[in-house]
Amino acid sequence: MERLEVLKTYKIYIGGKFPRTESGRYYSPKNAKGEALGNICLSSRKDVRNAVVAARKAFGDWSERSAFNRSQILYRMAEMLEGRRAQFVDELVFQGAKKANAEKELNMAIDRLIYYAGWCDKYVQVLSSVNPVSSAHFNFSTYEATGVVGVIAGEKTSLLDLVSIVAPVIAGGNTCVVIANEHLPLCAVTFAEVLNSSDLPGGVVNILTGKLNELLAPLSTHMDVNAIAYAGSDADTKKTLQLNSVENLKRVRAYDMNWFDEKSQDLYMISDFQEVKTTWHPIENIGGASSSY
Amino acid sequence: MKDKGGFEIPDFTKSPTIDKVGVEERVARFQTRSIKNESKMQGLKLALNMIDLTTLEGKDTPGKVRQMCYKAMHLHDMQSGLPTVAAVCVYPTMVRVAKNEVKGSGVKVASVSTAFPSGQAPRDIKIRDTKFAVDEGADEIDMVISRGRFLSGDYNFVFDEIATIKEACGHARLKVILETGELATLDNVRRASDIAMHAGADFIKTSTGKIQPAATMQVTYTMLEAIRDFHLLTGRMVGMKPAGGISNSKLALHNLVMVKETLGNDWLSNEWFRFGASSLANDLLMQIMKAETGFYQSSDYFSID
Repeated sequence: MERLEVLKTYKIYIGGKFPRTESGRYYSPKNAKGEALGNICLSSRKDVRNAVVAARKAFGDWSERSAFNRSQILYRMAEMLEGRRAQFVDELVFQGAKKANAEKELNMAIDRLIYYAGWCDKYVQVLSSVNPVSSAHFNFSTYEATGVVGVIAGEKTSLLDLVSIVAPVIAGGNTCVVIANEHLPLCAVTFAEVLNSSDLPGGVVNILTGKLNELLAPLSTHMDVNAIAYAGSDADTKKTLQLNSVENLKRVRAYDMNWFDEKSQDLYMISDFQEVKTTWHPIENIGGASSSY
Repeated sequence: MKDKGGFEIPDFTKSPTIDKVGVEERVARFQTRSIKNESKMQGLKLALNMIDLTTLEGKDTPGKVRQMCYKAMHLHDMQSGLPTVAAVCVYPTMVRVAKNEVKGSGVKVASVSTAFPSGQAPRDIKIRDTKFAVDEGADEIDMVISRGRFLSGDYNFVFDEIATIKEACGHARLKVILETGELATLDNVRRASDIAMHAGADFIKTSTGKIQPAATMQVTYTMLEAIRDFHLLTGRMVGMKPAGGISNSKLALHNLVMVKETLGNDWLSNEWFRFGASSLANDLLMQIMKAETGFYQSSDYFSID
């Protein structure tokens, strides 16, 4: 007997849980051959609202974890991604990638997580500074997480641009709300399943699927979102993000780059979502010596 | 025997029993009303105006109370057209501080008394506690009933105590806290409500905020029904104050729907309905600002109370 086709329903990821969209709506994007990719949640502005609440709630714990522990968890994410290799490659191929490219994209994504896992307990030392001042103060600057970051995946890949931008954001102690690639959403949702099984606390990464033009405004105008990261190159999207961010002076970073390039990963991707805190600590003027810092 | 209003005091052992399943069904209905934008805005502002902004901690200081009083009068100054809250609610020793702060603003000062929150003190001390608060300038007194006596069936004791405190209140309005979280059943909630109202309560109030569960909708609904029946019987209006656990706007709006559909429009003002809450105010403000600006709000931009 011929079996009925089971079209997987891909759910969104909010606060460590996999709810269906609050709106109850779905869409079925198709690949180049015209095959439906699956039933994908068409998230609404209320899902954005819920996701930001979850991200804010998770921020305190995540940003205060030891840097080493964050590193362990990012490394664990890479391990879990590796363990699901076959599924990701299948999904990438199903969405239209060549087999070799799919393998390459997955490898890059895994390596990228490892790369930022390594930075977790090092970026603060490298970026921080002791500053010369002309008074009796010990003056130093250190780095702290910005807060809740809205992440908008790019238009080109299903997995790599999302991982490339989420990894530095969370490595730096931020939490985020991600809007997945509208037309290639499968790997984003499967990546959520990876996150859910890799010790990452619920709410640190929240992933929504749906129409970008519907989700962009509620996320980028949200007063409780502190920064926006855009992994794509669309000029209109970038402009909208910048305009919408004015109200609470969100930091907007748009990365128009080739994520397959090794140069697209660096320390400054982490510092883009950090706030500098400078401390003036009075010191005694011992033996007539002035502060030479 | 007749009460002060000349009405027969009923046998409280015969207070109506409450159909818990029915109450739950009814309460669930209140939560399905579709509230349109304009009514929502009106509801949010009304709810703001019904709040008793409360601080009842052992660590309260005059500074903390002054800060809360300022918040009571200046909820969110960057938005014009906002009401003040109804009252601030403090311990008796803080009444004078609060009274000085809110002078001339229309915000009332409520004080808890009668050995709040446990109520475990001799009656003469409870009376003194109440008189002290009134002398310090309290406009309203929130007393607690003796739950132990109530639960052991000594309804006369509870009745007499409320009546005595009502006398001690003078012109101050008396809210009677039933502490429903300790009363165990809705039947008991109904009975305690009847006792309080017949003994002279101007308001009945669910909880101290120190015990969970506090103001669930089931409990509030049971008390609203008691108020309705008392009003039908005697013609006297009694106010209602759910306190504790109402921390978001949605819940506040559900409560307003419940009041309107149970008691009618007459109760929809802060003279007859209050919310005992502290974190509710900021949530209401954030909802109002969301409606005004179209942007989801952040608690970073609202003052801490």
